[in-house]
Amino acid sequence: MAYALQQIINGVTLGMIYGLIAVGYTMVYGIIGMINFAHGDIFMIGAFLSLMGLTVLSALGITSVPLALAITLILACGIAALYGWTVERIAYRPLRGSFRLAPLISAIGMSIVLQNFVQVSQGARDLNLMPLIPGGFKVMEQDGFVVQLSWMQVMISVTTLVMLAIFTWLVTKTSLGRSMRACEQDIKMATLLGIDTDRTISLTFVIGAALATVAGMMFLLYYGSINFYIGFSAGVKAFTAAVLGGIGSLPGAVLGGLAIGLIESLWSGYASVPYKDVAAFSVLAIVLIFMPSGLLGRADIEKV
Amino acid sequence: MSKYPAALGGKSQPPALVRVVRDAGLSAIVAFGLFASMIGLRLFPTGNGMKLHYRWLMLAAVVVAVFAGRVIMLTWRANRPAGTPQPRRIAEAINHAGKYVGAVFLIAAATLPLYGGRYFIDTGILVMTYVMLGWGLTIVVGLAGLLDLGYVAFYAVGAYSYALLSTTYHLGFWTTLPIAGLLAAVWGILLGFPVLRLRGDYLAIVTLAFGEIIRVVLINWTSFTGGPNGITDIPRPTLFGLKFNGSGDPDTFAAFFGIDYSLTQRVVFLYYVIFGLALLTNWVSLRLRRLPLGRAWEALREDEIACRALGINVTVTKLTAFAIGAMFGGFAGAFFATRQAFVSPESFNFGESALVLAIVVLGGLGSQLGVALAAVVMIGGSELFRDFAEYRMLVFGVGLVVMMVLRPRGLVSGRTPSIALGARKEIAAELVAQGRG
Repeated sequence: MAYALQQIINGVTLGMIYGLIAVGYTMVYGIIGMINFAHGDIFMIGAFLSLMGLTVLSALGITSVPLALAITLILACGIAALYGWTVERIAYRPLRGSFRLAPLISAIGMSIVLQNFVQVSQGARDLNLMPLIPGGFKVMEQDGFVVQLSWMQVMISVTTLVMLAIFTWLVTKTSLGRSMRACEQDIKMATLLGIDTDRTISLTFVIGAALATVAGMMFLLYYGSINFYIGFSAGVKAFTAAVLGGIGSLPGAVLGGLAIGLIESLWSGYASVPYKDVAAFSVLAIVLIFMPSGLLGRADIEKV
Repeated sequence: MSKYPAALGGKSQPPALVRVVRDAGLSAIVAFGLFASMIGLRLFPTGNGMKLHYRWLMLAAVVVAVFAGRVIMLTWRANRPAGTPQPRRIAEAINHAGKYVGAVFLIAAATLPLYGGRYFIDTGILVMTYVMLGWGLTIVVGLAGLLDLGYVAFYAVGAYSYALLSTTYHLGFWTTLPIAGLLAAVWGILLGFPVLRLRGDYLAIVTLAFGEIIRVVLINWTSFTGGPNGITDIPRPTLFGLKFNGSGDPDTFAAFFGIDYSLTQRVVFLYYVIFGLALLTNWVSLRLRRLPLGRAWEALREDEIACRALGINVTVTKLTAFAIGAMFGGFAGAFFATRQAFVSPESFNFGESALVLAIVVLGGLGSQLGVALAAVVMIGGSELFRDFAEYRMLVFGVGLVVMMVLRPRGLVSGRTPSIALGARKEIAAELVAQGRG
């Protein structure tokens, strides 16, 4: 029982990170119907930018951890958002209205570019960060097994929920959110009604990149070790989460992220660690066989 | 000169030079924002925490390069001759020369060992392997319109089939080749079944997941596959029982023909093996396209619902596409294993699937000649950068994006109908459906 609770706590933390990345995938997919393969690498760049920010700030002599984290978060989100904007501008916008596979290949190319750019500029070795937020508290104790909830996990969950709350407010209450939803329903009609669709799509990428950066920073703080390759596996996992939840659905992305996180940690805890990816992908395949449009996705009705 | 040109709606346009400089300046500012951190700073791991290095000079160089590049690009764009846009002209030229290009290519490929050195033949083998994989995947993605991101799984099945059968049961290459293809085809059907109802990106992610599952299993099932260390000492293929080595035994190629042994003999032999396999793939898929099955594939790509309405068995059509595409992947895998004499899970990552898919898409989705051209451009192109190993993948990625932006519909974008009443007319790229998976 205690062991299961501990695994669930770990799984939820991991799922929060996946969920944040998955939101970016699902948002872009909802609006322009493409898999943004470079999104996982934006997450990786976000993690690198966070590490740089923290290193620079400590070199400048800022010792207060909350202050350093806040400044880094803002800076990293801003720069990563610029990356998201540039990627869209260079690799996707010229291909708008082209056939379906062209942006996909361009996105794969962009993912290779970002990955290798970071490898060339920052080296291939693992970079480590000392744990910044130590400690935690005891949730319960049973038969000598202590269930720990670290402050780090609390912070990850709280930050994720706050970001998602802001994001939900943005999508449901602001005029930008209304444009985004309009583009999602019918981009041609939205253009006819005077919505600047290019700007809306750019901002979607910017917001997605910022959320991925938050996830990247959480990843850095939680695991303390990053390299140029973390984007691929996290990206695939997050995309799996988005598909599992029903691609295009924002609550679905978070739900899918939590599901993938829980499957991974429970499988690692009770079965075998090396096969945790197999478990996550198998669940995806099984769910899609019975619910071909994901958990919360709308069924794709095709008119002839 | 009027201050308010009518055509511009009364808004005055600044002179061209100012516009160019302003635009390039903006690009430079964006470049500074992007690269100030990633290029301007360099993190080094140390015992406790991180050490920072500053590279302001490199940063400045990159920003200036972006500025200059943007200026050149804008100037070039402004002075581009009017008339038919560039891509259309290239497309017309390729279409026009299509027949001859194919024949010239074939002759050049068949005679490559006569004029090329060892390095050229090695590169040729690599290119041919990807041509073959590309033609195999064309059946799934180009003809049947099913987006498969896990094609490497079948490549892996073929490679490990040959590796395991030859090292465990000492079966020869030519015996194992059909078995490897068959096993890959069976896997194609097995993995095809669950995804029959999925479309588009759902299909894409599940096939990607299958590819990853196979890789993870190959890494972790150490007792069967050798784990991350892979399988070594895989036997080389023989020519009717004649081996290629310098031992001087009567059953070696050199001794049988009474010539001196050289390593080139084996390389040339391998080259012709993969050349033959690739031609087989091409021939089979060209023949299949004219059969009812092939026409059903193409119909499925154009409109699945219409297919159902016309009584085409969609299940069988999709599964055969997966199976036959997978079979050629399996052949290529077996060849890969015998060429390298070594297989490990490293060789079968998502990057391979993406590369083959990129070749198919860049080739124009369904054009046999296009796939060959794309494979030569991509593999040959990245070979050129072999000396800059560190930057090779970076350049490759940039090339992929640039080629997609310049020619989103691939090198050979039009399509000749597989079957037609009377003369075959080229179908313009705009009218070609690309399938929805």
